Amino acid sequence: MKIVTKSVLTALFGAVALTGATAVAQAQKMYEGIEINLLTRPGPVIAGRLEERGKEFEAMTGAKINVASVPFADLFQKLLTDWATGTNSIDVGVFASGWAVELADGDLLADLSDFVANDPDLDLDDIAPYFREFNQKINGKTLLITIDGDFQMLYYRTDVLDELGLKPPKTWDEYLEVAAAAHGKDMNGDGVKDFGSCMFKKRNAQSFYAIMSIAAPFVQTQGTSQGIFFNIETMKPMVNNEAWAAALAFFKESGKYGPPEELNHDIGDTRALVTSGRCALMLDWGDIGPLSIDETTSKIKDLVGASILPGSTKVLDWESGKLVPCDAKRCPHAIDGVNHAPFAAFGGWSGAINAKADPKVIEAAYKFLSYMSQAAQSNYDVTQGWTGYNPYRISQFETIEPWVEAGFSRESAENYLGAIGDSLNSPNMASDMRIPGTQRYQGIILDRELARFLAGEVTAEQALENIEAGWEEITEEFGRDGQLSMYKSSLGITN
Amino acid sequence: MPSVFSEWLDRQSRHLFIMPAVIMILVFSIFPLIASAILALSRVRLRAGGYKVTFVGFANFKKQIFGSEQFHFLGTFGSISLLAWAFTIAVGALLIWWLLRYLRGPVWWLGLIGRLIAAAVLFGIAFMFAATLLSGTQIGTLGVTLFYVFVGCTAQFAIGLGLAVVCAQPIRGRTFFRVVFFLPLMITPIGIGYAFRMLADTTKGPFAPLWQMVGLGDYAWVTSPWAARFFIIVADSWQWIPFIFVVLLAALENVPRDMVEAGHVDGASHSQIFREITWPQIAPVAATVILIRVIEAFKLVDLPNIMTAGGPGIATESMTLHAFFAWRAPDLGQSAAISYLLLFVTVVLCVSFFNLVILKHRSAQG
Repeated sequence: MKIVTKSVLTALFGAVALTGATAVAQAQKMYEGIEINLLTRPGPVIAGRLEERGKEFEAMTGAKINVASVPFADLFQKLLTDWATGTNSIDVGVFASGWAVELADGDLLADLSDFVANDPDLDLDDIAPYFREFNQKINGKTLLITIDGDFQMLYYRTDVLDELGLKPPKTWDEYLEVAAAAHGKDMNGDGVKDFGSCMFKKRNAQSFYAIMSIAAPFVQTQGTSQGIFFNIETMKPMVNNEAWAAALAFFKESGKYGPPEELNHDIGDTRALVTSGRCALMLDWGDIGPLSIDETTSKIKDLVGASILPGSTKVLDWESGKLVPCDAKRCPHAIDGVNHAPFAAFGGWSGAINAKADPKVIEAAYKFLSYMSQAAQSNYDVTQGWTGYNPYRISQFETIEPWVEAGFSRESAENYLGAIGDSLNSPNMASDMRIPGTQRYQGIILDRELARFLAGEVTAEQALENIEAGWEEITEEFGRDGQLSMYKSSLGITN
Repeated sequence: MPSVFSEWLDRQSRHLFIMPAVIMILVFSIFPLIASAILALSRVRLRAGGYKVTFVGFANFKKQIFGSEQFHFLGTFGSISLLAWAFTIAVGALLIWWLLRYLRGPVWWLGLIGRLIAAAVLFGIAFMFAATLLSGTQIGTLGVTLFYVFVGCTAQFAIGLGLAVVCAQPIRGRTFFRVVFFLPLMITPIGIGYAFRMLADTTKGPFAPLWQMVGLGDYAWVTSPWAARFFIIVADSWQWIPFIFVVLLAALENVPRDMVEAGHVDGASHSQIFREITWPQIAPVAATVILIRVIEAFKLVDLPNIMTAGGPGIATESMTLHAFFAWRAPDLGQSAAISYLLLFVTVVLCVSFFNLVILKHRSAQG
């Protein structure tokens, strides 16, 4: 009897202990059984890191992250269709933050403001003000979590410029002078002439971001809230003027110092030329820095410098449409008489959550996006070129050690991070377009007319007239008042 | 005794057997056709909770033909040259003569309507080419598509027929060549697009040293509209010649040998034998394969998308690519309208070809 009692009690205590241990284990994996379907562009860029961090997140919380991808060009359409039609097979979209406005207009995005307010791990103050206030928020609500900071910078071959006795260009005119001087030199020792300038100009392949980067310093002088696309009183396009004409002229002229196939080069082709050492100057997002130190593919390790995008000494008079010289009043943010307006092209890959997802899924999805964005993960990811993530946290460009550990020399890291700091800290940073119909304004009208101009099908004047007319047609179709309200909101103008 | 139900089943069996196929066609063809027709007459906007579809009549079509997208669809109309006027008048006269010739014989009202529509479309296309290409301005996506169809299919037919004639001969290794010539048809168009883009790249890629050796290292085919269109036809031909080849080869091998041998015995040359004996035998098959190929060619989208993204400018953009770009924007109404315009042109030209060439040939043979 005593033995039986002892055995029963032992079994009973064992069962209780096991239940307790299981409960503890289950309490730790708070999202056990939750599956989050995430859609983004094909990897390894962007998607690859989401998959890897997704496995880490699953091990910690039990939530399973299923990362699916569609071609970049189809991503917006897929998300829009899935969420607007009520299919709701996708819980999280990781996409260009500029696309979110149209989704928000349809009430398709979950409001993350409360999550963010109660999430000290996210360290909101560490996210650079531009991305915190303009990238993540729409109409004052936080609808996106930044995991990548996109803006364009100038890159140059330090060795080539040193040999030529030239300094990195500070204006677009100087860019052409440097490109002309470097063009035809053998920059990678293979005996073949290389190029003074490499720019991606292929249609339907992001070339319109380049022209906006070039136009920005001609157009915007009064700070981010001025904008570069529309008149903030009338919503009339601000493209048919001497500023954009100058930008188009520069873009075409740069082709004289580029590869013969430049009109058919997308960003991948251009980066391949740069990392193989064939280009003296290039404008690109932050990827060139980490890509340049990848010894498996790069011939330009520690030979690349970066700087804030070139600016202009002549800027647009918004009343007359003419270019006028910079002065203290016209260009309050000018540096040594040059107006810079680093362009936040594309906005940056950011995560948003389907408003119709299950509340538990929304919560788990937010935690995952927060995990991706937190400094502990993000500060490493942005140092790895293959991830496609670029810096957006202050700690990422103020702390040099992770970059040196990643493979930068101290000098190159200081130069690269200095350029990022100059860009992100600029009070005249230019926002990308974030209103309904952005894909049509930029991806259809601007991109097409730019391609026609570069191909010689239309003159600059005709291209700008066509862009103005095309944009006006879209604005009328969407409703001028609504578009104006959204545009002002995207620039942080609340009155 | 068979039951009433089984007797009824027997009577309905012919309908029941084809019902699955009819349902498939309705679900995957007819209903989407109707849905896209509604889209073509509408403007679609995202709204909270779903889409808002606003009926706008023919506004989407009007925009393409007469509105702000006219240059994109039809081409840039400027001042029309003398040559262009002469060409337009000549085509118009030819079409009027053709209609009058029909009216002199037995007239069927449906045939007359069909011929009037075909004549109107052909005249419109001729005027479009005259006002753009012959007047020194840009053609639009309609013109580019017709270029791909007519020039591409003509080249593909000529080469495919030539290869079939060669492989129909008792030559060494013909079985091997038959297999090799057929392989490109099995490769995905995206793969072909990327492969040809690489091959044509004069600065990098496997042929770059060759291009540089012949002095074309600084030449970029993508900067020239006609060179770019030509290369797309080359890639398209590389893929589709095998289809024409394999069908015509089968047709050639079914030409009665005794007729050919009789021709040889009578002293006819190879070209005479081909013209008088072989061609009449394979003409029906040739016409059918051309029709199938033309219908496919109208839908060309992957090669211009991969190789040039429709550039330089809009020089290589086909109508299907035009519709795809609009769909992606997402401007669903415009995309559907462009698709219906393509459908209209395809149907008119292909039905005309079928009625006026294939059926006519069949009725002539009795």
